[in-house]
Amino acid sequence: MAVRPNENFLITQLDWLANFVRANSLWPMPFATACCGIELMATASSRYDLARFGSEAIRFSPRQCDLMIVAGRVVMKMVPVMQRIWLQMPEPKWCISMGACASSGGVFDTYAVVQGIDRFIPVDVYVPGCPPRPEQLIRAVLDIQEKVKRQGTLLGREFEERKAPERPRPLALELAPSEKIVAPGSVRTATQEWDVN
Amino acid sequence: MPLQEVESFVGEETADKDFLYTLNFGPQHPATHTTLRLILTLDGETVIRAVPDIGYLHSGFEKLGEDLDFNQYVTIVDRMNYISPIANEIAWHHVVEKLLGIEITPRCRYIRTIMAEIARISDHLLNVGTAALDLGAFTAFLYAFYQREKCYDIYETAAGQRFHPSYTRVGGLMADVTDDWIRKVRDFVVGFPKAHSDISKLLNKNRIFMDRTQGIGVLSREDAINLSVTGPLARASGVVRDLRKDEPYLAYSELDFQVVCAKEGDCYARYMVRMGEMLESLKIIQQAIENLPSGPVNVDIEGKAVIPDKSATYRSIEGLIQHFELIMTNRQWKVPVEEVYGANETANGELGFYIVADGTGRAYRARTRPPSFIHFAIFPYLIEGHLISDVPAILGSLNIIAAELDR
Amino acid sequence: MDHRSTLSVLRSQLGEQAFVTSEFRDNFRIEVPAERVLDALLALKDQAGFDMLAELTAVDYLHYPNARDRYGVVYCLLNTTTGERVFVKTFVNDPDPCLPSVFPLWKGADWLEREVYDMFGIVFEGHPDLRRILLPEGFRSYPLRKDYPLRGRLERHNFPVIPRAES
Ligand code: SF4
Repeated sequence: MAVRPNENFLITQLDWLANFVRANSLWPMPFATACCGIELMATASSRYDLARFGSEAIRFSPRQCDLMIVAGRVVMKMVPVMQRIWLQMPEPKWCISMGACASSGGVFDTYAVVQGIDRFIPVDVYVPGCPPRPEQLIRAVLDIQEKVKRQGTLLGREFEERKAPERPRPLALELAPSEKIVAPGSVRTATQEWDVN
Repeated sequence: MPLQEVESFVGEETADKDFLYTLNFGPQHPATHTTLRLILTLDGETVIRAVPDIGYLHSGFEKLGEDLDFNQYVTIVDRMNYISPIANEIAWHHVVEKLLGIEITPRCRYIRTIMAEIARISDHLLNVGTAALDLGAFTAFLYAFYQREKCYDIYETAAGQRFHPSYTRVGGLMADVTDDWIRKVRDFVVGFPKAHSDISKLLNKNRIFMDRTQGIGVLSREDAINLSVTGPLARASGVVRDLRKDEPYLAYSELDFQVVCAKEGDCYARYMVRMGEMLESLKIIQQAIENLPSGPVNVDIEGKAVIPDKSATYRSIEGLIQHFELIMTNRQWKVPVEEVYGANETANGELGFYIVADGTGRAYRARTRPPSFIHFAIFPYLIEGHLISDVPAILGSLNIIAAELDR
Repeated sequence: MDHRSTLSVLRSQLGEQAFVTSEFRDNFRIEVPAERVLDALLALKDQAGFDMLAELTAVDYLHYPNARDRYGVVYCLLNTTTGERVFVKTFVNDPDPCLPSVFPLWKGADWLEREVYDMFGIVFEGHPDLRRILLPEGFRSYPLRKDYPLRGRLERHNFPVIPRAES
């Protein structure tokens, strides 16, 4: 049996090239709402200097960016704005949820604060902390670069594969306060239900 | 065409109909730094009217204040003015201690004073840095942020968290400071004047910066009072009021400093007042750190106000009981059924808290008097008749912190 | 601080019976019925020199021990020349809590009154632009009332979801 070269050989190499380029020229769009935004500024300025890792071109216009960093809590009035900005960004795009508030509501379990932005938009990397130290944010950017290098395809085939929602579904109903404290990681009682399929 | 006809063409009826257009500014815009929204009505480049729309960061702080006890709520107040978090803690516990009638120890007073002044410096630094950034001067921003990192180091050494230290407790502090902290504060006092003069050299006489700030957004003295403006904004308009002098709290009556004022009331005056205040704060820090009293940082444990430290809790029965009493929600402090208002002079102005107590360890109502909220309300008065390029200049000089604005 | 001159102004303008005073720590409080509050504030502003409205807020006394009225509204006035502060307090009740606006006296009352309206539903008559300020326009409850739960009534979940496949 003759050895046939992989017919995807060329396209794989092109994928690799595209991913390499994409990963090292991320343009973050800071969606900075609260305290975490100040840490984001600190990350980008002297001492921590995000530019060392190839993502210093911070742009405030969503149409030029491919990485949204949601830094800070998102409240009722802000959710539509956030979704609109997310939809305005061109594919391929990624999202970092920075800080406890953006990831889960943090200390603000109140009527106005959304309990985690992943209920309403897709998130790739979560950064814990209140606020996360700049080093943590830099780590998250590196993680995103890693993910971009491994996942992307030149023709965007990964988007076709991703039909089913890949994140927790939002709850239709709030649990009673007595049921609120759950052991982390329990699929049955955790505050968010997972899509089994 | 005769001249008269041309003049009559721009009559009053047409002026407000045909040439105006509306521009939406924010809520996600770099010059707002956080989440503000302005709806500007423009005639060419001139702003005729500005309608602010806020609430994009309203997260229910005051409702949470009714749910958490006096010590727990300090973590939430931290997140209110996140440029100088520790100043909020000090203000909150100042009012709680006023309600409970607790007199804090001299060492605690001095440490809190130093912390409050470092917070003021870091707040003014960020304001000056970003205001310059919006006007195109990036270098000043980098200088300012480098000094802010030094301030963060000081918080971190004292409290373990660089951003939201949550350092104060009812009747004292989380922990006493170390020699390392004192050394860092001394270093800061020595190193800061250089950075300050670097920033002044870049901006004070900078032609572009002066042209874009002088005569812009003038607030007269009468308006400042009528619009409830306090802090550096009021002082830049000639209102000589500073709670540190007028209603002395902490250690301010024992320290020597001056209140920085200006008469012009424009953006440049506000910038100059902030720059001057930083040097005064440095003077306060210097005196306070050299005269730091020794002794305990917490009030006497017999008063049943402070949580005893770990070793007392684990090694003595009294400590354990006391710890238990303060943690159990049905015991806690002896709180009068009363209402009290107290205020501190923070970097932004008068930060007050109005606490209604119902005899339990939680506030029945914890109202904040947020300086940013009151200062943003004057924005429509300031911008009227200016160009659209003055919007970032005026916004930068007001120092609006969205979390404090919306709470 | 000495409040005698302030009190004499109030006595001459409102009469002896119209108000009650009390003091706690350094807070000096004057309680006025809701119908007289505008007169009292006017007198304090024009004749006693209280030129700044430092603070305006409200409290819902629903579960407060021994409370007789539902809402209390507090005005903190400041005299910028002498540094004197007084707290004028008044009470309003359901079903339609309503007070006259002090916007004509102090322009600084504009947003403070809007916030009280937003959070408690107390209407200030004569306010030029009484809309919700912090919460979205469509919001129907008044969150700082004591009968509104801390975690809200599910409003915070009420948004469309954008999954990855759709974005
Ligand atoms: S996670 Fe903490 S620091 Fe970040 S926005 Fe929330 S409260 Fe602020």
